[in-house]
Amino acid sequence: MSDIADRVRKIVVEHLNVDAEKVVEKASFIDDLGADSLDQVELVMAFEEEFSVEIPDDAAESIQTFGDAVSFLTKAVG
Amino acid sequence: MFDLTGKRALVTGASGGIGREIAKALASAGATVALSGTRVAALEDVQREIGKPSPILPCNLSNLDEVDRLVPAAEAALGGLDILVNNAGMTRDNLFMRMKNEEWDEVLLVNLTAAFHLTRAVLRGMMKQRYGRIIGISSVVGVVGNPGQGNYAATKAGLIGMNKALAHEVASRGITVNSIAPGFISSAMTDDLNDKQRDAILSSIPAGRLGTAPEVAACAVFLASDAAAYVTGHTLNVNGGMVMI
Repeated sequence: MSDIADRVRKIVVEHLNVDAEKVVEKASFIDDLGADSLDQVELVMAFEEEFSVEIPDDAAESIQTFGDAVSFLTKAVG
Repeated sequence: MFDLTGKRALVTGASGGIGREIAKALASAGATVALSGTRVAALEDVQREIGKPSPILPCNLSNLDEVDRLVPAAEAALGGLDILVNNAGMTRDNLFMRMKNEEWDEVLLVNLTAAFHLTRAVLRGMMKQRYGRIIGISSVVGVVGNPGQGNYAATKAGLIGMNKALAHEVASRGITVNSIAPGFISSAMTDDLNDKQRDAILSSIPAGRLGTAPEVAACAVFLASDAAAYVTGHTLNVNGGMVMI
């Protein structure tokens, strides 16, 4: 796993209070990890801060799973 | 009774009659208060009355670029924000049929749009710290209307609706969002009323007198305190019984 994935996982684990093993590529924040819509906004804010990037609203909406977040941030940071 | 020690507050319109008392009351309950307004000399008076460090952050709320710099400036000055009081407001009264677009737009901008910008800006910090108190100073006019104040009434009702919607969104994060709706409060404006006007107003107020700014400020202190943690989306009427809903 890449460094970016580790950092994203750490944020998700801390924020949603879930076990790291559950944070897999296909894990949906809302359906699998118990997030509500506000959690999702907070996760995006946390990603923005951790990676010093701006995530526009339409991109934020497309980030539904852990894998989505990692691939978006990998592109945005890379 | 309501201890705000260690809390950091931003009050807009802090040089005005009610804003000044809110700033002083929050400060005397222990909060550190950033004072915003347009009249710096008047803000300096408030700062002197408070008698402890209270940063002055001048801001013209009809300029949204200035508005968007206010919360970051307050957070930088105080190290964060726990309490936002959207108090600033203005009137441009006119009968509805004669109301100019400019009169509508200006009042909407200062009273409502600026409050939206400021409120949105404080949310990030408050969500993170899982604590926040957002208080909007509405008006009895926003609850029951008033001839000649279509624009003002729209903004004051708008604040109540905005705060209720937001209260739903952020209640689970330890943030409360409430409104205060003062009735007729003693001010320079009410001092100018003639006896006939004054009698007409008083006859509609069961308490038989005008309210005072400290009586409004006391409600802000309560809503800002930990004691009000379970009060959110509420509109607190402070009107001597003039309207009871």
